[in-house]
Amino acid sequence: MTQRDRLWYWLRIAAALGFLIAMIAIVDVASHGSFLEPSNIVRVLRQITYNCVLGIGQTFVIITSGIDLSVGSLVALTGVVAAIFANSVHLSGFPLIAATLIVAIAVGCAAGWVNALPVVKLNLPPFITTLAMLEMALGASFILSHGRPVALQSSDFENTGIGSFMGGVTSALHLPSIPIPVVWMLVVIVAASVLLNRTRFGRYVFAIGGNEEAARLAGINVARVKTIVYMISGGCAAIVGFLYMALFSSGSPQTGTGDELLESIAAVVVGGTSLMGGRGSIIGTFFGALLIGVLYNAMNLLNVDSYLQKVLLGAVILLAVVLDELRKRYIAR
Amino acid sequence: MPAPLLEMRGIGKSFPGVRALSDVSLTLAAGEVLVLVGENGAGKSTLMKILAGALRADSGQISIDGAPVEIDSPQRAQHLGIGMIYQEFTLVPQLTAVANVTLGAEPTRGGLIDTRAAVQRAMQVFDELGLRVPLDVPVAKLSVGQQQLVEIAKVLARSARIIVMDEPTAALADREIEGLFAVVARLRSAGAGIIYISHRMEELSRIADRIAVMRDGSIVETRPGKDFSGEDIIRAMVGRKLDSHFPKLPAYAEDAAVRLQVQGLTRTPAFEDVTFGVRAGEVVGLAGLIGAGRTEILRTIAGADEPDRGEVRVDDRRLRPGDIAGAIAAGVAFITEDRKAQGLVLGMSVRENVSLAHLADFVDRDLLVNTARERDAATRMIGELQIRTPSTEQLVRNLSGGTQQKVVLAKWLLGRAGVFLFDEPTRGIDIGAKTEIYKLMVELLTRGAAIVIVSSDLPEVLGMAHRVLVVREGRIRAEFVRDDATPEKVIAVATGAAA
Repeated sequence: MTQRDRLWYWLRIAAALGFLIAMIAIVDVASHGSFLEPSNIVRVLRQITYNCVLGIGQTFVIITSGIDLSVGSLVALTGVVAAIFANSVHLSGFPLIAATLIVAIAVGCAAGWVNALPVVKLNLPPFITTLAMLEMALGASFILSHGRPVALQSSDFENTGIGSFMGGVTSALHLPSIPIPVVWMLVVIVAASVLLNRTRFGRYVFAIGGNEEAARLAGINVARVKTIVYMISGGCAAIVGFLYMALFSSGSPQTGTGDELLESIAAVVVGGTSLMGGRGSIIGTFFGALLIGVLYNAMNLLNVDSYLQKVLLGAVILLAVVLDELRKRYIAR
Repeated sequence: MPAPLLEMRGIGKSFPGVRALSDVSLTLAAGEVLVLVGENGAGKSTLMKILAGALRADSGQISIDGAPVEIDSPQRAQHLGIGMIYQEFTLVPQLTAVANVTLGAEPTRGGLIDTRAAVQRAMQVFDELGLRVPLDVPVAKLSVGQQQLVEIAKVLARSARIIVMDEPTAALADREIEGLFAVVARLRSAGAGIIYISHRMEELSRIADRIAVMRDGSIVETRPGKDFSGEDIIRAMVGRKLDSHFPKLPAYAEDAAVRLQVQGLTRTPAFEDVTFGVRAGEVVGLAGLIGAGRTEILRTIAGADEPDRGEVRVDDRRLRPGDIAGAIAAGVAFITEDRKAQGLVLGMSVRENVSLAHLADFVDRDLLVNTARERDAATRMIGELQIRTPSTEQLVRNLSGGTQQKVVLAKWLLGRAGVFLFDEPTRGIDIGAKTEIYKLMVELLTRGAAIVIVSSDLPEVLGMAHRVLVVREGRIRAEFVRDDATPEKVIAVATGAAA
């Protein structure tokens, strides 16, 4: 990096932080101090967990200049399959939870593998193959559940869904309790960051998105890397499906099929990952999800009409990507 | 005497580091066919792009019918009656011939396309040319020759009077070539001026009223077609001594080990039955025209494409066909022709590009990439190759062409490659960087590497290879050892003027 680049880097961070602080201050004052209360902050984190984890899987795919439209349906499918599995095995406690999670992730990864197969073998656009998976997975989850939520017979999942992490410690220190799903999100963030930024696999993901032909000629197994990327996205969807199942004590064919897909993509894009591929970060996706979550939360605290909320959210997404594009053009000169 | 249809005077054009055209002048009369010949890179395409408004000249003047004109865009050129027929077609494959011919100028009635008028207009053009081409099927279904005729019709439908054809026969069968010549004759008698670019000696005298030879960005000789023999044309095209900026190639031992052996390699339709060997310390050059199949041969050796038949052996081990990673592991380094599209990830840093093909060597505990070791390696290569970059973390996008090429080389020097395939290693880079890359090749030779070099710059092949194989239409047609290889002989074989 040159001096100028480094200066820009820090200016950018300062500007982003400044914007965030200003926004927080305004909202906090307007909401009479309820926005910055620890319990509200934890609430925001809990709300963004699902979006953020879906977005992280999606980030891998988008950096290779692909897209995964099936994640919402895979949330439903994995949740339903996990619930049916949990109800049909004679296990309890930790073994039950672990086995159910493994089954969910296996289903998600398998769906991701199917997504990738026509992409890497026939060079079909992932937009189409994952769109097909969106429909198939949705239909399958309705078939398997007979169109009704599959209620969990065991209550062993309660803690995973709504419990707190080290609740004794946090209450002794007078801190708000940390929901277990938030811990899951943090684990996924750290694992995904290491995978993307520190391993060969991660480097290849960037190289393929930046210049697939150059990556191929450098001896990289492009098909394998792409396949794994879609499996990661499916696996992330499975984690979300599992967490929703635990939260609601049931696996429903309708969870995940609303705004989840588009808002997770929005989190990725707002977080600075390029839809053209080759550029992006996990932490960016986290901040993208956070921005959207904070926005919703603030609008709720300020009693903004729920229809208007959608309009404003769209405007913020547009503004974020326009600003990012302008910044890139400025630097490119 | 009436003013010529087209006059270009004193045209000059420079790209960063290269003077593409200097003081080029030509005239074209109505009803004349002017053939433009020259080696790859002589400046023909640049000159024609300026005429077509795709590039702007730095200096000079263009007049049409004696009136000066300013050609600042392709639209403007079209408006002035200039029509380009490129080697690569500009047809929309899914549309019919009618739709393609009228594209962008569709007759309308009440805001809708008037299909009948469109068909009439297209028919009229085809009738004038005396052509029969199915008008109502997607052009993708037509033969290459028919597509070319549609391309010509498209240009004529825009009432072009100055028509440029860039190697129009390159993709045509013999019968189709006859058809094309008939069209050219008709256009000429209808009063159009035609600039015809070609490499095929045998067809030049048949259609040329005049022949102009370009070399190194200038027109060096213009004569009436019937007075210009094939030999004279070749002499005018070559016309220079070998550049002296090539380092002295060290001699190799006649009995040195064969590091690369290519046997009967075939990938139709690109090339057929290619056999040659390269010994340690030897450079073999593949000469030929663009499209002769040289790049495809290198790609197949490197495993980027799969052959139909034949085999590649490196250090006497047979390579698995179509296995790039296997070829790299066996010691093959393929320095591609288009560094931006194939050699580099522009949005990555120097460090990340240098380590890309050998990332496995930089991994700790089979898991994490050790960036510190990566940076050390990149720093070492920056020093060895004198790569002009502010740091290892600079994005490759921001480097100059010559520096980017050195990054590509660094990527392949990092491993223990013994067979280097260079495809156009010095295209578009300045003379200083060129010389450094030549020196580096010599350095590789002294370490026992075997090198294959493909270049459209003939002096480069002749100056940097111990042996030259001439490829034409996918086959090796001749072999010259260095002292025998004159530019005249090589061009004669490459263009088909000699066997």
